[in-house]
Amino acid sequence: MASQTPQAAAQAAAQAFDYAPAPESRSVVDIAPSYGLFIDGEFSDAADGKVFKTVSPATEEVLSEVAQAGADDVERAVKAARKAFEMWSALPGAERAKYLFRIARIIQERSRELAVLETLDNGKPIKETRDADLPLVAAHFFYYAGWADKLDHAGYGAAPRPLGVAGQVIPWNFPLLMLAWKIAPALATGNTVVLKPAETTPLSALFFADICRQAGLPKGVVNILTGYGDSGAALVAHPDVNKVAFTGSTAVGKQIARTVAGTDKKLTLELGGKGANIVFDDAPIDQAVEGIVSGIFFNQGQVCCAGSRLLVQESIQDELLDSLKRRLSTLRLGDPLDKNTDIGAINSAEQLARITALTETGEAEGAERWSAPCELPSAGYWFAPTLFTNVTQAHTIARDEIFGPVLSVLSFRTPDEAVAKANNSQYGLSAGIWTEKGSRILSVASKLRAGIVWANTFNKFDPTSPFGGYKESGFGREGGRHGLEAYLAPSSPKGERK
Amino acid sequence: MSTVDSSSSRLSVLKTYKLYVGGKFPRSESGRVYEVSDSKNKWLANAPLSSRKDARDAVVAARKAFGGWSGATAYNRGQVLYRVAEMLEGRRDQFVREVADAEGLSKSKAAAVVDAAVDRWVWYAGWTDKIAQVVGGANPVAGPFFNLSTPEPTGVVTVVAPQESSFLGLVSVLAPVIATGNTAVVIASEQAPLPALSLGEVLATSDVPGGVVNILSGRTAELAAPLAAHQDVNAIDLTGVTDDALAKELEIAAADNLKRVLRPQPVDFAADPGTHRLTAFLETKTVWHPTGSLGASGSAY
Amino acid sequence: MPTTAPAASAALAAPAFADATASDRALRRFLHGLPGVDTVGLEARAASLGTRSIKTTAKAYAIDLAISMIDLTTLEGADTPGKVRALGAKAVNPDPTDRTTPRTAAVCVYPDMVAAAKEAVAGSGVKVASVATAFPAGRAALDIKLADVRDAVAAGADEIDMVIDRGAFLSGRYLKVYEEIVAVKEACGEARLKVIFETGELSTYDNIRRASWIGMLGGADFIKTSTGKVGVNATPANTLLMLEAVRDFRAQTGIQIGVKPAGGIRTTKDAIKFLVLVNETAGADWLDNHWFRFGASSLLNDLLMQRQKLSTGRYSGPDYVTVD
Repeated sequence: MASQTPQAAAQAAAQAFDYAPAPESRSVVDIAPSYGLFIDGEFSDAADGKVFKTVSPATEEVLSEVAQAGADDVERAVKAARKAFEMWSALPGAERAKYLFRIARIIQERSRELAVLETLDNGKPIKETRDADLPLVAAHFFYYAGWADKLDHAGYGAAPRPLGVAGQVIPWNFPLLMLAWKIAPALATGNTVVLKPAETTPLSALFFADICRQAGLPKGVVNILTGYGDSGAALVAHPDVNKVAFTGSTAVGKQIARTVAGTDKKLTLELGGKGANIVFDDAPIDQAVEGIVSGIFFNQGQVCCAGSRLLVQESIQDELLDSLKRRLSTLRLGDPLDKNTDIGAINSAEQLARITALTETGEAEGAERWSAPCELPSAGYWFAPTLFTNVTQAHTIARDEIFGPVLSVLSFRTPDEAVAKANNSQYGLSAGIWTEKGSRILSVASKLRAGIVWANTFNKFDPTSPFGGYKESGFGREGGRHGLEAYLAPSSPKGERK
Repeated sequence: MSTVDSSSSRLSVLKTYKLYVGGKFPRSESGRVYEVSDSKNKWLANAPLSSRKDARDAVVAARKAFGGWSGATAYNRGQVLYRVAEMLEGRRDQFVREVADAEGLSKSKAAAVVDAAVDRWVWYAGWTDKIAQVVGGANPVAGPFFNLSTPEPTGVVTVVAPQESSFLGLVSVLAPVIATGNTAVVIASEQAPLPALSLGEVLATSDVPGGVVNILSGRTAELAAPLAAHQDVNAIDLTGVTDDALAKELEIAAADNLKRVLRPQPVDFAADPGTHRLTAFLETKTVWHPTGSLGASGSAY
Repeated sequence: MPTTAPAASAALAAPAFADATASDRALRRFLHGLPGVDTVGLEARAASLGTRSIKTTAKAYAIDLAISMIDLTTLEGADTPGKVRALGAKAVNPDPTDRTTPRTAAVCVYPDMVAAAKEAVAGSGVKVASVATAFPAGRAALDIKLADVRDAVAAGADEIDMVIDRGAFLSGRYLKVYEEIVAVKEACGEARLKVIFETGELSTYDNIRRASWIGMLGGADFIKTSTGKVGVNATPANTLLMLEAVRDFRAQTGIQIGVKPAGGIRTTKDAIKFLVLVNETAGADWLDNHWFRFGASSLLNDLLMQRQKLSTGRYSGPDYVTVD
């Protein structure tokens, strides 16, 4: 570095461009001290009166106490959904559409409130809930609203039929967005819904229940059961559920697949991943660095399609790693409500423990750890952006999904090697390709066994774009025309038992 | 088949039925066979009684063939499937006889079944280069991105062929699997495996690359279990599983690596097959790429 | 700042790149070997940094910093010594109601106005910058351009803002562009050289990155987006790209080079976005008017109004800042 003028150096030392706190106001959201289950259009306590607390992962402050659904509550909710199904499925598609359009509009109106709520309950930065989660949630409802009266033209035969009651279980990483991915297509196609949000992030689903009421959605069409894994297990096992949709871990996905085996329940699963982000030596480097950062540090890496394995061509490895480390050093970790925060809190103590354990395994197995220099708050669950070098395919951190802000860096020499390593995984959800050579993008993309391939970009989502995995990343697609299939039966009952 | 041709005193030449694995015709590695009889309990032939090891070899062959077959052009796969129809047409009489024996049908009914099977190959031959246009396409995302969804074959598919419809049923479940680029391990009808084993001979002479279709005969339950649990099999079609308890057991085993499962259901093989069996073993891959403006001059905010 | 001798600076300080400028072919190979730029990704990054929320103390710091980085500019056919004197007075004392307001970095004028400008800012520390080299089109013989530069320097210019030959650049004659910069740098003597690319005419981000490297190799003290005379001038994206270039150049050569976006930056909000780009791309070392400038005129009054708002708590209006 060249010498600065003395007065410049003095000035720089005296005053740096420190961004003052710019917190989004918490007062835009009013969280009640307790919430019930939303069944048949009403909030009510769990039959056995059980409750659990939901905390803000950034501060460990208790936000609210919510009802914990048991088997009796599942029974009641499924019954309400079954009852509502007759009326809802018989409604003209154009009418169902208007309910969904209403919901989309109310979400847009209340998006600031919902963004703050989601940030409080989940720990992710307000920048993300405001600029990614909420716009996508509204867009998803708006998109599927338009399908409700056009199903005859969707390519699933004339007059396709809804399946019935959909039991849906969603994760904590994008609570409201995953709700939208589940509920919007289910309602558009004429199904009714019992949805269980994750135990660490129940609040936005309960606020959504209120939106359903504001939209005048008929009772029982959407039912929300808060609770733990056992509530979800009871829901998917319920004999009067016709369709099961689950987003979450591969282990639980397999358990659900076993549960519905031998039944008529239609099943779609969106599970884990270990996405490879492949950077060739002719990549647009600065944008690749941004893509790598977005790929693994967006939402603290708690993303099933995260680009958690960086595969970099050996000839540019050092240069790329330098750039990456420099860039990671600029990430701002802290108060998720601060508009300038890039990295928020890890969702739960349990998840933090898992990330910590896996990174310890990484070190124990000989990979080299580097963490961005940043101060972690004393309360709450935090993990500094971290990358591992000297990682090989044999390392645990190159194979297991960490679901945290941890990047494993591997290298390759030829495109064939890159593809072989990228595909060498039980998962097959996402992948990234960075190169300025068009034919290479197309040839590599066609060989990757992954449901979503981002070329010269990463972590882009859109309601029109089908999302879902190969192999143990699950089956079925959410989003787009493809996303309707999970909720429709052919018009002819021939060959169907139901 | 009769052992002795009664109209003349010539002793006919009997066929040794063999498995079809990796483009070759091996006996079962177990050395076992079982008796196959017609509907009147008359002995027709001995069929190989495949073992778990035969199933494993079949998966290895199917996996090996997957890259080439899924990478072949759709036009090429269409021509290969059409070639199967041509070859089958030429051996029509043989299959009419085998189907009549296997399913206890009259000559004319068996002929109708074989004709329908030939036509089914033709139907799916035509689908190979159309299905991507029907189920894939561009997605109008709200941003400066090109976004395209294309169907891709799931991988290695285990096909439990229908028990009753030993030939038309078999073709109806096999052809859609390979039309899209999957490779298949087929468990032939347990009681009536001979048409399936003979189909292997047709496939071998129809430009179908070795390993794309692998045909096993034997006990359905005994073969389906290891295949349902096999970690290198990507999907399983349970159409030929008639026992509900077994179907459930296989589906549970299939969950270990999240195989795509097509559950058993009553099928009318004479009806228009639709696209359902094609899409059951397709994955959707969606590729994004930035579009952006032509240059920097028009882009500012 | 680059402390090496003018003209020879690149060759001496960046021996790694000596080969790159050995011939037209070598230079072309070098420039086309630079990493490509993905338009959507670059613009998305710039937009994302534009969402930073700069409040209270950070905003006060940014406003003063931005004022101190302005090259207060008048480049009109109608310029007169009187107009230039008024501009100089504004640069030296931007807000007569508040003497704590920092001075601008420089005034920027045509060569024939340098003397008047020099007089207007005398003793203040405000620099005089002059556009030269047949600004803004640059369509003149090299001798004429160099004479233009020497004229401005002789009149007392502290800084020279030259334009590159876009025609030569777009037709692939990169060495011509490079050699012209080297020649102008030599003609500058002690004056610091800003090299204007006219990014709107270069059209693609790949071209802007290549031009940045030609400029840096040629001995530029600053690389500058545009003249302010075409449709598209400074944008967050093209400035971000140029900041990446100076960042990379320093990493590879140790030489720090400044960046000057010019034209189209009119509001405090815009200016702060650019400062965020600097802070998070090149880094805090560039957050000084020795290394970063705004080529602007109306921006100053908006910054002054925002500054008044911060100190008084009420919104100011155009009648409370000076019109020059």
